[in-house]
Amino acid sequence: MSTLDTTSGSVPQTARLTSGLGPKSSSRAIKDRAATVVMWLAFLIAMVPLVWILATVVMKGGSLLLHADWWTHSQQGITNREEGGGAAHAIQGTLIQAAMTALIAVPIGVLTAVYLVEYGGGRFKRVVSFMVDILTGVPSIVAALFVYAVWITTLGFDRMAFAVCLALVLLMVPVVVRSTEEMLKLVPNELREASYALGVPKWKTITKVVLPTAFSGIVTGVLLGLARVMGETAPLLILAPYFRSISTNLFDGLMGTLPTMINAGRDNMAIEANSERVWASACTLIVLILVLNLLGRLISRFNKLDR
Amino acid sequence: MAKRIDVSDLNVYYGDFKAVEGVSMTVEPRSVTAFIGPSGCGKSTFLRTLNRMHEVIPGGRVEGKVMLDDQDLYAADVDPVGVRRTVGMVFQRPNPFPTMSIRDNVVAGLRLNGVKSKKALDEVAEKSLRGANLWNEVKDRLDKPGAGLSGGQQQRLCIARAIAVEPQVLLMDEPCSALDPISTLAIEDLINQLKETYTIVIVTHNMQQAARVSDRTAFFNLAETGKPGRLIEMDDTATIFNNPNEKATEDYISGRFG
Ligand SMILES: Nc1ncnc2c1ncn2[C@@H]1O[C@H](COP(=O)(O)OP(=O)(O)OP(=O)(O)O)[C@@H](O)[C@H]1O
Ligand SMILES: [Mg+2]
Repeated sequence: MSTLDTTSGSVPQTARLTSGLGPKSSSRAIKDRAATVVMWLAFLIAMVPLVWILATVVMKGGSLLLHADWWTHSQQGITNREEGGGAAHAIQGTLIQAAMTALIAVPIGVLTAVYLVEYGGGRFKRVVSFMVDILTGVPSIVAALFVYAVWITTLGFDRMAFAVCLALVLLMVPVVVRSTEEMLKLVPNELREASYALGVPKWKTITKVVLPTAFSGIVTGVLLGLARVMGETAPLLILAPYFRSISTNLFDGLMGTLPTMINAGRDNMAIEANSERVWASACTLIVLILVLNLLGRLISRFNKLDR
Repeated sequence: MAKRIDVSDLNVYYGDFKAVEGVSMTVEPRSVTAFIGPSGCGKSTFLRTLNRMHEVIPGGRVEGKVMLDDQDLYAADVDPVGVRRTVGMVFQRPNPFPTMSIRDNVVAGLRLNGVKSKKALDEVAEKSLRGANLWNEVKDRLDKPGAGLSGGQQQRLCIARAIAVEPQVLLMDEPCSALDPISTLAIEDLINQLKETYTIVIVTHNMQQAARVSDRTAFFNLAETGKPGRLIEMDDTATIFNNPNEKATEDYISGRFG
């Protein structure tokens, strides 16, 4: 920035614009250059940790992902010191829990957003909107403890993976509500009016015109929400501890997941076999979320052309 | 098919603000009626009360009576959704549904109301597109998105969409204001054809257009901003343009306004 001062510092600036045509003013060119450089620097600085993390994770654990065993076997009967086994149990667990969470959270979130944008008015709408704001700020550990208090302490159920889903729902709903709300607000009012003017009732206008128009945006929001909850660890630790074998029953005891698999191995990072597994689990989690995002983009593109 | 509209002593409100006051008029079937008047005098507002689109706006309400033949549109047992099926509307800016193909746009009113038969829908799509003078231009790309057409084509697509549900009355709010002269001419021709079958009401800021397409003309005005708009006079178009009763009408038409 100091280069700027030297050009304008000595000459007193008059409040008159140099007129019309002529060569580009040199001080403006320098400012332009400086701003460009600053923006590039900011961009690079923001990229550094991202690239660093990705590179570390891939270098230390990526190779395991190339073995078929990683995707098909669990850690049943394999100790921390041994090599071998896979993450199938954890991958399945993470996907099953994410699917169940989405199954509950998406309808609630989307319908709440539809209420807020299309129907709500007055005090009740403001209350709902405020609640969603509060929910957005709830830390995952609080959501987990809340579910623990209700599900286990009050209702007397056992710890099970489904309780994790309930906690994750609490975290995902506000994300879905807010993103869907934004997307619905972007749908021009003219489209709603065009539909009404054809004698289409309001609910059909919403389901057949408004929601399809906002579809790709809603999908993106859902995937962002999903990506957030798939990496959550606190609810898993509290409500469904790590399990080394394949277990697909949400309602029965333990279930392995990628975050808890990472957590379970973190104490023995000095052991080569174990630390590689931990890095590979992290890498798998990143890959899963990436695939999920790509899938979402694909779905939304396909949808736009099709209708 | 076409129906007569009888409005008596209509007041239209946005919340507490009275936008239009004391309008009474008759719109003849199978004719074109033009609404003219300065900006903000309530033409759009009044037009939207004729198919109960006004009440879609929060706070929008209406006092008075609108009769469609012998049916009171605002009677307690009348469903506004049904009213809008009977009285169609074309908006100022073309607004095709972006997620739908050209064909689906045209038949949207039927499809969204539960008509499933592909054959029937295809027939309606062709008939309506022909009716809107658009068939030849789009017949080879019915499955392409409606938003990919030019502005003038989009507006005719919206007209096709409106007549696909076979309304009795067609309301048009400045349908040509976003279009070039050639597209405008195409739509004016279309209006001339459509009036054989429909009752048409059109809002326009274009005096020549009102003179060209309409049989009767209604002039709206407002005393000053913040005051409600009123119907000043309504008569045969020739009379309004050549020999109006009111001085305000004459001033407005000859451009000596305000
Ligand atoms: N949604 C709304 N809420 C509140 N007031 C409105 C709304 N729409 C219009 N008005 C007011 O109602 C009055 C009439 O507006 P209207 O749009 O009917 O005028 P217009 O004659 O169609 O004007 P233009 O020729 O510019 O389209 C204006 O004073 C306007 O500010
Ligand atoms: Mg208007």
